[in-house]
Amino acid sequence: MKAVSAAGDAEAVSGPAIDVRGLRKSFGTLEVLAGIDFSVARGEVVCVIGPSGSGKSTLLRCVNLLEEPTSGTVTVAGTEVTDPDVDIDKVRRRIGMVFQSFNLFPHLTVLENLTLPQRRVLGRDRAEAAGIARERLARVGLTDKESAYPAQLSGGQQQRVAIARALAMDPELMLFDEPTSALDPELVGDVLAVMRSLADEGMTMLVVTHEMSFAREVADRVVFMDGGVIVEEGAPEQVIGAPRHARTRSFLARLLTPATADLTEAAEAADGAGKRSGPV
Amino acid sequence: MSISRRQRTRAIRGGQYAVLVVVLLVVALAADWGEIRRAFFDVEVAKAQFPDIITTALLNTVVYTLLGFGFGLAAGLLLALMRLSRVPPYRWLAIAYIEFFRGIPALLVFIALGFGVPLAFQVALNQYVTVMLALGLVGAAYMAETIRAGIQAVPKGQMEAARSLGMSQSRAMVSIIIPQALRIVLPPLTNELILLTKDSSLVYLLGLSLSQYELAKFGRDALNQNRSLTPILIAGLCYLIITLPLGHLVRRLEARTAKAR
Repeated sequence: MKAVSAAGDAEAVSGPAIDVRGLRKSFGTLEVLAGIDFSVARGEVVCVIGPSGSGKSTLLRCVNLLEEPTSGTVTVAGTEVTDPDVDIDKVRRRIGMVFQSFNLFPHLTVLENLTLPQRRVLGRDRAEAAGIARERLARVGLTDKESAYPAQLSGGQQQRVAIARALAMDPELMLFDEPTSALDPELVGDVLAVMRSLADEGMTMLVVTHEMSFAREVADRVVFMDGGVIVEEGAPEQVIGAPRHARTRSFLARLLTPATADLTEAAEAADGAGKRSGPV
Repeated sequence: MSISRRQRTRAIRGGQYAVLVVVLLVVALAADWGEIRRAFFDVEVAKAQFPDIITTALLNTVVYTLLGFGFGLAAGLLLALMRLSRVPPYRWLAIAYIEFFRGIPALLVFIALGFGVPLAFQVALNQYVTVMLALGLVGAAYMAETIRAGIQAVPKGQMEAARSLGMSQSRAMVSIIIPQALRIVLPPLTNELILLTKDSSLVYLLGLSLSQYELAKFGRDALNQNRSLTPILIAGLCYLIITLPLGHLVRRLEARTAKAR
């Protein structure tokens, strides 16, 4: 689909959509990322899995510089975002981001949530922005909600609006930070279906998730992180189906016994990135 | 001899009512009701105040208050942003301003602007400008702290979402953060409006022409002419016409905010 494909000038640049080299990030004395090297090819869907506090959200947030890396480089579609001379606002408009807590603008209607960034950032006029917004809302199945306020929507609907809001900016790639973790279980499916259709259309996606079935079915590659490093990565059937490392195996085993997993999550709630980004 | 706890409670409450009745009786019998009526409720004097007390005094009170509030809100917003600035000198300036103007009486500011400035600089400020500055300078200090709290109450994810869409820091502030912050601080800002309404009475200090009288000055003048407290009572009621509905509005806004959370 044309609207999703990359803008003309970016297509001229070849190479990976995301390239991360020697990335380190510390919060005070706590080292959250301890040297990460990895890349995402154009059109590739990569899922990052791992226990809470493993640094996966921080890695995602370093890609669009919501967190400033302590050292290392991050290159997005040929632009080194960690270069101090780069206009980060210009890079960010090419990167869609979806948050765990949706972060819709509560004082604006659904349609305004989609049109305001287009008008203020891309300089589109009112009619053009509204047209694009309605097309994106239709794609996430929420045409009838354009004049609702976020508080009037369910969590699943809010997250689909958030995806539509990111898509309205015609991003070259999309970052998803645990997009279904704040949702009631029965609402997860709608959001995953939207993400699946995006993947089918060839969108480049980097997804931090606990949804193993989504990772298994949609991802081209799965990255398992623990303790601020990438423990193993590969095809989903390999990493999830036949993990090589003991740490991966124990993580996946814990996921399959939810009661224990919940206790572990609670115990590990001291995730540095989580502490900063969580809604208070 | 033992009395139950219930009997004791009843006895104490009965005693409290007895004291109240005695006090009311003494006041009713001792007071000179004719004199009080003449002083506070002189119908002729009351009639004479209308319509000027509404068309001039009440109107001017509202105008002065809104001038001060408008200037104070704008300056308060600027101070709040300075207070949150990443550049330390801006923060220091804002803190110094806020502490200074919250710590001195508004009366002093009126004297400084109304008498000090004309004497020192040989310029007479327009009355409306004087009032706007005097009320606004003080109001800004209070509103700055309120607005700062509101900005900090907007969840951090809002700024992150705005920035991740490519908005600059200042664009995100203007379009996303400040509108939400003002919504959050609407109740305390309305309270500030009530306080300013009452503070606008300090204008009476300045030499005003008749058409510039506000409620306090108007009442004071009429008091001198009539040797009756009636105009003061009416002026007081006029303030209540403004402040009681605003106070009611604050409670409704607070209830709505509480529900939304």
